[in-house]
Amino acid sequence: MGTHWGDTTVLLDLENVKKSFLEPNGETLSILDIPRFQLQRNEQMVLVGASGCGKTTMLHVIAGIRRADAGSIRVDGTDIANLSEAGRDRFRAAKIGYVFQAFNLLPGFTALENVLLGMTFARNRKDPSRARMLLERVGLAARASHKPAALSVGEQQRVAVARALANRPALILADEPTANVDHAHQDQIVALIRETCREEGIGLLMVTHSTEVAAQFDRVDRLEEINRV
Amino acid sequence: MSLFGIAWRSIRQRLLASCLTALSMGLGVMLVVAVLSIHGVVSESFRSNASLGYNMIVGAKGGKLQLTLNTVYYLSQPVENIPYEYYLEFLTAEQRQREEAAPGRIDLKRDGRFGRSVALAIPVCLGDYVEEFRLVGTTPALLDELRFGPDMDRKFEFAAGRNFQHKSDEHGYFEAVLGAVAAREMGLTLGDEIHPAHGDPEGHVHAQGFTVVGILKRSGTPHDRAVFVNMEGFYLMADHAKPVDEHAEDETHDGHAAAEEHSGEAGHADEHQHEGESHEHAKPEQEGHSPSPKDPAKAASPEAAHEEHGHADHAHEDHAHDHAHDHAPSTPIPMNQREVTAILIKTVDTAVTPGLQNTINEGREAQAVLPVLEIYNLFEAIVRPIQTVLLVLTAMICVVSGISILVSIYNSMSERRHEIAVMRALGAGRDTVMTIILLESVLLSLGGGLAGWLIAHALNALAAPLIAAQTGVAIGFWDIELSEALLIPAILLLAILFGFFPAISAYRTDVGKSL
Repeated sequence: MGTHWGDTTVLLDLENVKKSFLEPNGETLSILDIPRFQLQRNEQMVLVGASGCGKTTMLHVIAGIRRADAGSIRVDGTDIANLSEAGRDRFRAAKIGYVFQAFNLLPGFTALENVLLGMTFARNRKDPSRARMLLERVGLAARASHKPAALSVGEQQRVAVARALANRPALILADEPTANVDHAHQDQIVALIRETCREEGIGLLMVTHSTEVAAQFDRVDRLEEINRV
Repeated sequence: MSLFGIAWRSIRQRLLASCLTALSMGLGVMLVVAVLSIHGVVSESFRSNASLGYNMIVGAKGGKLQLTLNTVYYLSQPVENIPYEYYLEFLTAEQRQREEAAPGRIDLKRDGRFGRSVALAIPVCLGDYVEEFRLVGTTPALLDELRFGPDMDRKFEFAAGRNFQHKSDEHGYFEAVLGAVAAREMGLTLGDEIHPAHGDPEGHVHAQGFTVVGILKRSGTPHDRAVFVNMEGFYLMADHAKPVDEHAEDETHDGHAAAEEHSGEAGHADEHQHEGESHEHAKPEQEGHSPSPKDPAKAASPEAAHEEHGHADHAHEDHAHDHAHDHAPSTPIPMNQREVTAILIKTVDTAVTPGLQNTINEGREAQAVLPVLEIYNLFEAIVRPIQTVLLVLTAMICVVSGISILVSIYNSMSERRHEIAVMRALGAGRDTVMTIILLESVLLSLGGGLAGWLIAHALNALAAPLIAAQTGVAIGFWDIELSEALLIPAILLLAILFGFFPAISAYRTDVGKSL
């Protein structure tokens, strides 16, 4: 069962979503075949599964980074499977925040600029004061002018969290956000993500290998159980 | 953060490579600007030098360009000479009667054939040198009455002293004015005496000196590099008086019999006296007042000429004019012993110029050229093609620089694949990342181009004194050729063209694979 706060409207609804890849030998490799998957608004959940089972692919499909071969993917009421690539890009900039496993901060940009970068691609959303507020929220107001090379691993991930929240998305997708963070800071990162999502009323779908992280969530789904592949 | 900001930050991230790439573009632009500046200087030099207050040059039949170059720029050698009598045809009766020299059989009471068509006629005698600088024998009107400049309204002004006079109490006919560059390079000042060399910078140096009474201000014209002396004094130097052949003179006189009348018995007697002396002067080798390009070997030395005269000729000794030795006589040489190299003509109206030119050219005595036209033809025939070739070469350099930008950005794409994928994952569209790459190319090209432009103009400013000294053209940092405005769209076009290929690579980045 998921944990519901406030509005119980469905935030994310996957129906008959399929995704496959063409292998070098010409064969088709099916990765996803999901009959139904839902996430409620303001719900926070974890998706676990064996390595290579398709967790990242599922996040990419939900984010519109990859196009599903079939099915519908409704995010905040919009079926992104029917959008053009440019439409998916714009939707992703406005409605979805993505926290990467490897942080993926741009090395030539300061912490503040990395957060602002998240706003740049969402039209009419530049808000430097919000960017500073988010850095303060993640405890890095004093490091706003530092580039990623000058930040610790934990600090880089916190900047990545701030960046994901920059455009007030409806949904945060976090792909193994603690995988490259030391054990001591894992709980801090998870708590930070959960707390900020709760405060901002944002739904959270987190992928993780860590059972300790998964144990902190009320709802934990296994991809193997929802994916027919 | 704008797309420009992202592009700029990406450039700064690879600062060294970016600087080197921009530098190559900068060098290309610098060369283009240098060629355009040279074009401007040369054009301005040609234009200003052609605007010297006269619109026609009359000289001996022969090469039009040679006549123009020799008369306007003091280059090359004089074509030939024309009789002084022909110069008088450009004067009115009033002007003709002001001549001091003995006219011989020339009727000075009538108007010259072209006198009423001409507002100004200035004779010039060329052929001698003062060190490397041309000596110009002429009248004070050359510097007093001619105007120059694009609007033909600038007077020749003096940095020191004054113009030479026709005849001064102090120096007689032997006064000189130096051009600004000539004075500076020879280290001469007022009161110094110059001794022209005959026919060649290394030629025989006349014993007769001229006193410097004036130094011109820099005018940016060929006058800066010339020395001006009174024409009367020029004629009085050794070997400058034309020997008179009696028979030839008779033929010349017959040719003008319908238009001339004898000047009177006094003049006639004087003419005979001069004829006798001229006949004696003709005994040595014939010499013109400027070395004939056809017969330089016949120019006799003063010593040989003197021996041939023989001191037994007492009448010759009594004559104030000593053909063999320079000295300072007070009597101008007769008109029949004079020739001029060229006549600078300003017509009363531009409408009469073509007709006057045709009439002169149809005659046997001389030709008339329009210096502006000859200079323009020279410019179009020689200078412009050279400049075009230079421009093409420098444009090719810019293209090569553009290719280096392409290579630099393209090579960086493999390292930046992940970075571009992150931007795409954050919501940047394909066109957005493509635009960022194009902006990088534009910023590198424009930045390099601007640096090259600044360096080129700084070099112009540094070289300005040298350019002014050599050409008379003033050039400064902010002297911008109109054609330089084409640089901006050209650089932009290059930047977009060469940034296109790496931009396409960014466009085609597979986000899922690259993350």
